[in-house]
Amino acid sequence: MTDDSALAALAPLFEEVFGEPVPLTPALTAEDVEGWDSTRMIELIVAVEARFGIKLTTREVDGLSSVGDLAAIIARKAPR
Amino acid sequence: MTADLSWLPPPPQDFAARLADAEALPEGQAWDALVALARTRLDPARTNRLDRALQRRFPEASPAGPAVRLALLGSSTLAHLAAGIRVGALRRDLRLTVWEGVHGQYRQEIDGAALRAVRPDIVLLALDPADLLGPGDPAAGPEAARLAEALGGLTSLWARARAAHGCTLIQQTLLPAALPLMGGNEHRMPGSLAARTLRLNAALRDAAEAEGVDLLALDDAVARHGLDAWHDPALWLRARQAVTPAAAPLYGDLVARIVGARLGRSAKALVLDLDDTLWGGTIGEDGLSGLVVGQGSALGESFLALQAYARDLVRRGIVLAVCSKNDPETARMPFREHPDMLLRLSDVAAFVANWDDKATNLRRIAADLRLGLDALVFVDDNPFERALVRDHLPMVAVPEVPEEPALVARCLADAGYFEAVTLTDEDRGRAGAYARDPVRREARDADLATTLAGLGMRLIGRPFDALGLARIVQLVNKTNQFNLTTRRLREAEAAALIDDPDAVTLQLRLVDRLGDNGVIAVVIARRARDDLVVETWLMSCRVIGRRVEEGILAVLAAEAARRGARRLVGLYRPSGRNGMVADLYPRLGFVADGEGRWVLDVAGYRPPPDLPMVVEPG
Repeated sequence: MTDDSALAALAPLFEEVFGEPVPLTPALTAEDVEGWDSTRMIELIVAVEARFGIKLTTREVDGLSSVGDLAAIIARKAPR
Repeated sequence: MTADLSWLPPPPQDFAARLADAEALPEGQAWDALVALARTRLDPARTNRLDRALQRRFPEASPAGPAVRLALLGSSTLAHLAAGIRVGALRRDLRLTVWEGVHGQYRQEIDGAALRAVRPDIVLLALDPADLLGPGDPAAGPEAARLAEALGGLTSLWARARAAHGCTLIQQTLLPAALPLMGGNEHRMPGSLAARTLRLNAALRDAAEAEGVDLLALDDAVARHGLDAWHDPALWLRARQAVTPAAAPLYGDLVARIVGARLGRSAKALVLDLDDTLWGGTIGEDGLSGLVVGQGSALGESFLALQAYARDLVRRGIVLAVCSKNDPETARMPFREHPDMLLRLSDVAAFVANWDDKATNLRRIAADLRLGLDALVFVDDNPFERALVRDHLPMVAVPEVPEEPALVARCLADAGYFEAVTLTDEDRGRAGAYARDPVRREARDADLATTLAGLGMRLIGRPFDALGLARIVQLVNKTNQFNLTTRRLREAEAAALIDDPDAVTLQLRLVDRLGDNGVIAVVIARRARDDLVVETWLMSCRVIGRRVEEGILAVLAAEAARRGARRLVGLYRPSGRNGMVADLYPRLGFVADGEGRWVLDVAGYRPPPDLPMVVEPG
């Protein structure tokens, strides 16, 4: 999976978690999105883990600063 | 393995659009549409999404009646669990609101002013092992376990909650997440947290039983799905979430089934298809000898496993019915003649086999058993039949049973349809009562009046007493159909009525020549000057059609006269489930007073001369 395809696959997840479409770019950060607090962050990680069948480590979660970082981890860890 | 809502069908493809549409609908339809979405296999994100829509559209009450108020108190982060609980209640046609404590503050909050103002119906206490058990010393002896201290602390919390709110209590068992230090024989190290967790969970069963507290058995859930499905150490450290948000929808459902059980929302009947559900093969095609059922093959034993589960459910009070597309005699043949069948015709309270569609037949079964359609669980191996029934009768529970017959019984158990918090003698005797119910058997053809007259019914009315409280509270809170006002009653309130001089209370027992039906009706009335106002009147559906309500009125009118009341005043409050008693008061001779109440002149009342029962004071 490439970073781009991971980003595309993230769009519906963001929509589910935030209840509305979120225009995703690699540079998008939590500060840019209303309601993206620590609770939402956990919901998002839980949704990502379920959707892609992967587990993010505490280091990886702590190191996330943008949507692009998340897409990169998914691209690296997700099967196929 | 994940801890999810595995028995529910997948949500619709256009979930988001349906959710938006539902919010825009008029009240009643909006509620039904939200309930329908709740009855699908929602993941955590969709559970939260549905919850937000629910809270926007129905902030407090709903077409399902006043909201049930639950206080969620504990030692760790619980906020992420509230949505699942609300949606779990919605799945049971209940609006439930959650009051969230500040985590770690439960000892102060449990009877504090803030919670008193909320007046919770239920307090759910979710504690983690380290908090409840305190620091331990793994190297120390049994004295380090401090179990008695922990249990004593819990019972005093329960008592404080009860004293402050008169509420019911749900105690979560400890999540067994502590790591073993020795291994399989951890119990030989009584000071270890893992050993203490196990022992406290065992002791909780007895303590909760003694105190009438309901348990949320998280330890059993962990045994079912695995610790990983329920607890993520990384999230515990990141956010103090003892239960992972991934399991929140199921957690909420487990809570809601206990709440639902107390309110009569648990299912009461199991309706089974036959061919390829209860046995392998098609009786009409394969004949008796071609059926796969019984010992000797894995497949045959798989079907027996479902039969054994169904039979055991019957023994604890679930009513069994058959709904099959078959010729009626052919469908009965295996029950009569197949030596390996566990279930017999005598286990089945309603047997419907014909070529009509299953939705029509399920209506017949509900009517025959005098149960609401929402009390039925329908099991069918055929996805087409399941979809048809869900489509036409959305209130019937239709589990998405696995194709593997060996897993069908477990799917039913996972779904928690038959959740119960108590087991009474009435429950144990229910199947027998249905089987010998003469009114059901003969109402269709014979002369009902003759049947009733021959029953030798005796209706015994007694005021509430301490001995009867458990059954009274159970009956009041679980009866939905023959219930004039659907007022619920807490045990403390019922107890207070015993000594209330202005209250007239009745618990009514029906005995006939076939046996004792137990307490089948409850009335609560209150003196208001010359009136006796009937605030609560309800009756078990099992005795409908026997003119028992006329006998109850005779008891009530006599009591009114004895107390010097001149008028009996009746109220009817529609609940969406009690349509069958909308015309009860006019049928019994009450007249409308123009203010929505029904009035009967006590002096002018005479019991019907042909009343087919003896009416006795207790």
